[in-house]
Amino acid sequence: MRKLRKPVYATAGYNTISFGSGRKEFNPKKARPGLEEYITEAGKGVIAQINDPNNIDEGIISNFMAARFNHQGNLAAMIPMVHPSLEYKPCTRVEGACGSGGLGLYTAVKSVLSDVSDVALAIGVEVQNSVKAVYGADILAGAGHFRGERKEGHVYFFPAKFSDRAGACYQKFGYDYVRKGMAHWYAQAIIHARKNPKAQEYHNSIEDLIATGMTPPNSKAFCEHINVYDCSKVSDGASALIFASEEGLKKIGLTKKDAVEVVGWGQSQADISKKPDELTKLTTTRRSVEKAYEMSGIGPKELGFLEVHDCFTIGGLLHLEATGVVGYGEAAAFVAEGKTAINGEMPTNATGGLVGFGHYTGGTGTRQAVDILHQLIGKAGDCQVEIKSDRPYGMLISMGGNDRTVTCMIFKPAV
Amino acid sequence: MTFDDRLKNVSIVGAAGKMGSGIALLLAQEMVTQKLKPENKNQIYRLHLIDVNESALDGLQSYLKSQLVKAGEKVTGMLRELYKEHADLIENYDVIDAFVNDAMSVLRLGTDLGAVKDSKIIFEAVLEDKDLKVSLLKNMEKMVSPDTVYFTNTSSIPISVLNKDANLGGRIIGFHFYNPPAVQRLVELISPESTKPELKDMALEMAKRLRKKIVPSNDIAGFIGNGHFLRDGLYAIREAKKLAGEYTLPGALYAMNKVSQDLLVRPMGILQLIDYVGVDVYQCISVTISGYLQGEDLKDDLLAKMTQKKVLGGQFADGSQKNGFLKYEKNRPVGIYDADKGEYKMFDPNGWSGEIDKKLGAYPQGFYPWRSLLMDPKKGEKLSAFFKNLNASDTPGAKLAKGYLKNSKSIGEFLVKTGVAKSAQDVNDILLNGFYHLYGPINDYV
Ligand SMILES: NC(=O)c1ccc[n+]([C@@H]2O[C@H](COP(=O)([O-])OP(=O)(O)OC[C@H]3O[C@@H](n4cnc5c(N)ncnc54)[C@H](O)[C@@H]3O)[C@@H](O)[C@H]2O)c1
Repeated sequence: MRKLRKPVYATAGYNTISFGSGRKEFNPKKARPGLEEYITEAGKGVIAQINDPNNIDEGIISNFMAARFNHQGNLAAMIPMVHPSLEYKPCTRVEGACGSGGLGLYTAVKSVLSDVSDVALAIGVEVQNSVKAVYGADILAGAGHFRGERKEGHVYFFPAKFSDRAGACYQKFGYDYVRKGMAHWYAQAIIHARKNPKAQEYHNSIEDLIATGMTPPNSKAFCEHINVYDCSKVSDGASALIFASEEGLKKIGLTKKDAVEVVGWGQSQADISKKPDELTKLTTTRRSVEKAYEMSGIGPKELGFLEVHDCFTIGGLLHLEATGVVGYGEAAAFVAEGKTAINGEMPTNATGGLVGFGHYTGGTGTRQAVDILHQLIGKAGDCQVEIKSDRPYGMLISMGGNDRTVTCMIFKPAV
Repeated sequence: MTFDDRLKNVSIVGAAGKMGSGIALLLAQEMVTQKLKPENKNQIYRLHLIDVNESALDGLQSYLKSQLVKAGEKVTGMLRELYKEHADLIENYDVIDAFVNDAMSVLRLGTDLGAVKDSKIIFEAVLEDKDLKVSLLKNMEKMVSPDTVYFTNTSSIPISVLNKDANLGGRIIGFHFYNPPAVQRLVELISPESTKPELKDMALEMAKRLRKKIVPSNDIAGFIGNGHFLRDGLYAIREAKKLAGEYTLPGALYAMNKVSQDLLVRPMGILQLIDYVGVDVYQCISVTISGYLQGEDLKDDLLAKMTQKKVLGGQFADGSQKNGFLKYEKNRPVGIYDADKGEYKMFDPNGWSGEIDKKLGAYPQGFYPWRSLLMDPKKGEKLSAFFKNLNASDTPGAKLAKGYLKNSKSIGEFLVKTGVAKSAQDVNDILLNGFYHLYGPINDYV
């Protein structure tokens, strides 16, 4: 079993609002904040929690497609906008589609472990409401293989990929069974989001969420096997937090009470030019999870709660199975029985997840880490889950593309 | 010649106008969709857009381009399919862009009427002026082949009159779009006996292609839609004149507009609707129709006076509403025209208009504005309940509303009785689909 050569802590997390349709204040015709505003808000949100920003050694920024959504490249150069003390510090931008956030966490942890930095600031950001959905779909399709699959792909390329997965699951496990699980996933995401003032679905007031989630898919209007409620929305937002060594924590004036410890991770890469070999399973995700379990020396029984990448409700179910918390084909029932609710057996996506909180793609993995931090230090507000002493671990899975670029990370309280 | 062959060369005369530009958009979409079908490869499609107003043609070009982009964004799935064989068109953006370019390449914009010469279908949408329409039709007849057919958009001139005066031998049909043509689903089809039967079939096919709902109307000036609208509006104006002693004329017009919108649960007040159509257009239609009717005068001196004073309503190029009976700020009524003084009297909720609101009285129980009922699956029940309470109420507002509803109903029945409409259903269909009313005028509410 690979052991960490020294402890690495995460602390001082901050999420912006996930902005987009659904928020009362959202008006597509009005000017909105851009990358600059989101990056600085999240960065300053972190800095406000530490003694002196001069103590930050480096910056890492996760983003997927600013070059197309916002015509902006060179995002590492946006980090110094957060504070003058970051000028001339080393900064890096990482990209792995919707899994960019996970790669940012992984990069920050490596930097601390290697003694290069004691304090690494990880930011994740995406601003996607800059284009209409039909063009946004083009941009997001970049997470798939452009040369190999875009031409014959659907208008809504990624929804259709997960629609295919849903279709395969219907075949294997029965339409009613899986559909019901997806509807419950949606309903739970909204119920959790309503407890989180920063969630995109915070204002959602739909009464019969299950009926809405059960809306039959309509291939004419959208996709063959999923409806629009099965999808995370188009979001703008950013998240940020600090990864630090033990000295690093002291340097920034924080204690272990304010922090969580990284106990293991797994990062796995699949070949973008190959089709997934099994539609009813996320095999790359599974590999990342296995690596993370091995490194941390725990298994699903020790997990207290989850943060999984439900860009689509079916993806949420498949992620749940990939964690090993439930067996193959069992997630739909587990969710429908309420076992993933905030007060359930395995609270999952307690702040709303991608479907409820929102999905600013390149920043989602960062947001998941911030939310795990807040849960483990008891600062998750109305979304707080009960952390039991015999299973104090929180796990996140950050996925890019169709199960291509996957980071899994496991945390526990630092004290 | 098949319909599809005819569709390869079409002209619209008056293409830069309100109606012409919308018709152009619909035709451009249908023609480019045909052009892109594999079986029509190498076929040439031409849509001639003719208008005397050169600068309006520039506006038309940019209007069509921006609307085609929007249209392409709505049917991107179909476009991906249509451009399947084009290996270089990969993203949604690529196929939408190609679609817009292909559609624009079908168009020929210009001022020369001679461009119609090879067209097999010609849409006529110039001003509502019989002499102008007849002279244009005659001119085109000299250039086109003898099997060319005309679709006229006239609002009020009998088709048989145009047919006879321009000597068209039955090759003209009334294909009356509603404004804006690209949005409104309704087309009133006027196919008098003089019209060739095969032209009627063509018109039905055209409606199908343009995804329009057809309601037939007889060839009596004004047809069903304007037959109702004109009498309905005149009723409001004439009632206002009667109430002028009590309310002053601007006050009474304000009251009628308010009652017709709120208590009749319509999308807008009757005077706002006249402004939307254009006071001049409305006046012109009233004069035209009156010329063809016996024993009924639909002209009105207030309309004439306003037209003369150039208080015309209608829209600015950006679509915003011009002042007419009402004064608008951000497309909302804020004042009412005082024809004697030649100026607008601004609404004053704490003063005169507030007084009138009070005088009209509280709205009966169960009142919902039009917008909130539009999508409501229970709107039928809610309307019944509301109108029942309205009937029981005797506030001045309720009395005006009841009179208004009765009159609207009797106009509808008159249109059926005099043979303009074949049935009450047709009248109701026109008001439901062309005017977005929530209920037909021929009903049991009063
Ligand atoms: N506006 C409506 O709500 C509405 C609804 C249904 C039908 N109609 C009918 O549609 C027709 C057009 O109405 P509109 O509201 O679009 O009017 P409009 O004034 O907006 O457009 C008329 C167009 O015809 C052009 N024109 C005038 N003389 C011409 C000529 N000799 N050759 C070529 N073009 C010429 C004008 O330049 C103008 O662009 C009328 O018959 C009207 O009754 C109007």
